[in-house]
Amino acid sequence: MKKKDPQQPADQLPVRTPVRPAKPKWNLQRNWPLHLLVFPAFVLVLIFQYAPLPGLIMAFQEFKPWLGYFDSPFIGLEQFRKIIEIPQARQVIWNTFLISSFKIVFQLLVPFVFALLLNEVRIMVFKRFVQSFVYLPHFLSWVILGGILIDMLSTDGGLINQVLTSLLPIEPIFFLGDGDWFRFTVIVSDVWKDFGFSTIVFLAALAGIDPSLYEASLIDGANRFKQALYITIPGMIPITIVVGTLSLGNILNAGFDQIFNLYNPLVYQKGDIIDTYVYRIGLLSGDYSFGTAVGMFKSIISFVLIVAAYRMAYKFANYRIF
Amino acid sequence: MHHISTSYRVFTIINMLLLAFLSFLCIAPLIHILAVSFSGPAAASANLVKMWPVNFTTDAYEQTFGNANFLRALGTGVTRTVLGTLFSMALMVLAAYALSKENQDFRGRTFYMWFFVFTMLLNAGLIPTYILVQKLGLINSLWALILPQAINIFNMILLLNFFRVSVPKALEEAAYIDGAGHFRTVFSIYLPISLPAIATISLFTMVWHWNSWFDGMIYMTDTRNYPLATFLQTIIVQQDMNQLNVSAEDMELLSDRTVRASQVFIGAAPILLVYPFLQRFFVKGIVMGSVKE
Repeated sequence: MKKKDPQQPADQLPVRTPVRPAKPKWNLQRNWPLHLLVFPAFVLVLIFQYAPLPGLIMAFQEFKPWLGYFDSPFIGLEQFRKIIEIPQARQVIWNTFLISSFKIVFQLLVPFVFALLLNEVRIMVFKRFVQSFVYLPHFLSWVILGGILIDMLSTDGGLINQVLTSLLPIEPIFFLGDGDWFRFTVIVSDVWKDFGFSTIVFLAALAGIDPSLYEASLIDGANRFKQALYITIPGMIPITIVVGTLSLGNILNAGFDQIFNLYNPLVYQKGDIIDTYVYRIGLLSGDYSFGTAVGMFKSIISFVLIVAAYRMAYKFANYRIF
Repeated sequence: MHHISTSYRVFTIINMLLLAFLSFLCIAPLIHILAVSFSGPAAASANLVKMWPVNFTTDAYEQTFGNANFLRALGTGVTRTVLGTLFSMALMVLAAYALSKENQDFRGRTFYMWFFVFTMLLNAGLIPTYILVQKLGLINSLWALILPQAINIFNMILLLNFFRVSVPKALEEAAYIDGAGHFRTVFSIYLPISLPAIATISLFTMVWHWNSWFDGMIYMTDTRNYPLATFLQTIIVQQDMNQLNVSAEDMELLSDRTVRASQVFIGAAPILLVYPFLQRFFVKGIVMGSVKE
């Protein structure tokens, strides 16, 4: 009889396989609590993120709310043809692209330079003060900032126009009433709000630069400007590439909250973006199908861009989100 | 330090002046609006107020807090923020705990991860989501402001990365051997250890809830159900008196610049209050949460 003999454990060793020492049995019979823990989150995401997806079928219909998804007539790609043919829709896509491109570029450039300048400050208290102040606007909503900016940018006595007209020989500027100035205002105020917060990732990169490089360069006779030029800036390039690449996925997100809280019918021509257009056409005017088609057009392009951006970031800089 | 050149010294001074100026620019609008809100109405409408109140008075705040509609919106805003934060943190912590397990310890983890991450890449967009919320009968219900965005995938991933980095495996195994189940492990081990991370994400969630205005605008058809952010949006920013049933009381809130300023500042105040805590945590939280194994 071959029997397991507890007194001869050596015999059993070849039979039992574990390379690692005994592992707690978390599997199978103990897995159900884990499923239970994920379940509430799973259900909410299923309902509020996945359940609306079939609703995209509206984009291929002449959707009437009283007919529903099943009885509204199908019209194929008609709504998408309208996107290309209606000048207003084309203009909106162009506005979105233009505004977000400028935002992406400056949201990369300004934090980059700002991080470099902050890095040269040796007085820690001062540095921390600066950081506390510049991070703050990021946390205020565009409703609050919209309320403040509309007040400060007004042409009759807004603080900014007061300062400008006293310094320069100019008339008050219609920051929010003139199309081109509106674009300018949107880009500048967006950079103003977020440049501080965007700096964090660059500061993290700076903290990761090997200090021995600086010591070595000092021995070789490099001054601080040379150190910045040959050590600090090259050290920041990889993260800059990652951030820049990833922001490509946002090229059709020109900032709904911001535009919506700052714009008015005077600047629709140059300031209207896809998201605000979808809201007005879809929910306010009730053209659900066309609104959905425009939104879907945006989602699909964004999806492709995000996937491409992550692949590129992974390839160039070995970056991954999880 | 070694030799510091004169040119570098000059640079340092200019640099610090520039940084100080930029810092000032970032808070100047808030100081201005605060100054206006504490100024006399005449001085404010004559544009005499810059960075310091002129003819100091608290009339604007008294008027604002005396307005029933404002108070109701403030109440809804606070309720929504507290309930919404508690609800979504509870759900996200539990899910993040499960998802922080290794693939071989939790079969189905890969599926769940893809399931959640996919929604970051593609979503149905405004109109289908709106129709769904409508079909669920959530219009004019507080739940419409809490449920749809309760699970923030990005925050959940931050949490689970933090769990993976900061909770020692040995501790967890010790708890297991002592007979603790998953629920016990979450509450007795994960929660205490990860308190800073959970606090950080809670603050972010609170800020998000407090600042959210668009969902209130589309899901609440009755303006009496507006949370504060939505109330401020329609009354201050849009100044859309057609959409709002403007009563004499609301007109009062609209017409006076100092009263408008006081409302904007009250809207910003909770953020300013939590900001010191937020700021202490968020750099660390973000850096730690994004560390990969």
